[in-house]
Amino acid sequence: MLSIKNLSRPGLGPIDFTLAGGQAMAVMGPSGAGKSLLLRALADLDPNDGDIRLDGEDRAEIPAPQWRKRVAYVAAESGWWADDVDHHFDDPEAARKLLGPINLDENALSWPVSRLSTGEKQRLSLIRTLIGKPQVLLLDEPTSALDDDSKEQVESLIRAQVADGVSLIIATHDKSQVQRLDARVLMLKDGQEVAP
Amino acid sequence: MNTVFVPLGYFDLALASLLLLFSGVLSIYLRLGLEKRLGIAALRMVVQLLLIGMVLKLLFTLVSPLWTGLAAAVMIGMAGREVMARQKRKFSGLWTYGIGTTSLMLAGSIVTVLALTTQIRPDPWYDPRFAIPILGMILGNTMNGISIGLDRLMNAAVNERSAIEARLALGHDRAAAFRPQVRDACRSGLIHIINAMSAAGVISLPGMMTGQILAGVDPTEAVKYQILIMFLIAGSTGMGTLTAVMFAVRRLSDSRHRLRLDRIENKSTHTKE
Repeated sequence: MLSIKNLSRPGLGPIDFTLAGGQAMAVMGPSGAGKSLLLRALADLDPNDGDIRLDGEDRAEIPAPQWRKRVAYVAAESGWWADDVDHHFDDPEAARKLLGPINLDENALSWPVSRLSTGEKQRLSLIRTLIGKPQVLLLDEPTSALDDDSKEQVESLIRAQVADGVSLIIATHDKSQVQRLDARVLMLKDGQEVAP
Repeated sequence: MNTVFVPLGYFDLALASLLLLFSGVLSIYLRLGLEKRLGIAALRMVVQLLLIGMVLKLLFTLVSPLWTGLAAAVMIGMAGREVMARQKRKFSGLWTYGIGTTSLMLAGSIVTVLALTTQIRPDPWYDPRFAIPILGMILGNTMNGISIGLDRLMNAAVNERSAIEARLALGHDRAAAFRPQVRDACRSGLIHIINAMSAAGVISLPGMMTGQILAGVDPTEAVKYQILIMFLIAGSTGMGTLTAVMFAVRRLSDSRHRLRLDRIENKSTHTKE
């Protein structure tokens, strides 16, 4: 159970909500409404205030790297720090098994990063996070660069995570995606929660 | 081999300045527009060197630990300013100056004092005739290493933001998240001294050694001095660059292992949304 009280940072909040394991929530709103700011604040990637708890544990008591392993953020624009794809995975074997289900070439892990398309990068960065088995997934427009087939496959992978008990918070513009993921909606405008 | 030192008269210098004059005439003739800058730079060089000659002469006759220490402090402060001036991106406040100067002071003073007390051993050990020139050579090179290393790190933090934050988001701590950028910054800071050591004696004759030879010192003795200085410079550049880069990484991140680009001057952290 993720519980958020008075989450605020410049340009956002205060925001309150709770989200149990196995539940999904979509953060929606026009561009610039604060969707990414909210996800980044939840992952503690920017300075922010508020009472943030996971299963009753105060975030302030948990070292930040450990918190981010449990509450994992996948940015809209993926980041790569080495030349080859497999250097970005702690457990390349576990990652390999997840490639097929989301329409990626089995050998993608042995490719150089420069060979990846934007959509391939997006899917690989999702897998990179999933093999860490987070409790809460914060996804920032995870299917924005994907064709319909790949989008469907990524969504079914996400749904399987939620069915497994993971809490999902997804920033998206796509209303039908929200329905497919059976997510409730947190609507933002100018950094404030508004009625959906 | 110990021949005499040949002193120069002001007439000799005036004669040599004709060469500069020739460059100036060439600039006018070819309309390069460089004659004014050449002239001002030459004038600055003459005035600065004459002044420092007088200051050094005074320091050398005083042999006072206080005045020598003061001169060293001024040199370190000026080098710190130069480090700051060479940065494309600076921390807001006095952080860049502070990091540069602290690293210069640490590396420069440790290496200089070590050289004076264990290898060169003048009496007294702080004799300015040894302390000031050695500190000067060490500072000049360490300053280069630190400014290049810092510049490289600060630019990487901004340009490779998504790579650094991807690691942080995966639960890597800040030391791990910055490792590729730290490695690259240190390598850039040290490349100059590595090249200088590789080229020494083959492509270039280092200035200090040349100076000693001109002053009548036996070349094999001058070479030994040069080797010592190269070691000191390499040690200090390595120590200074690493210290500055590590300090800067601390400032670029916080105790919650976040990337803090908001601490860089005039470069707002532009987050999507």
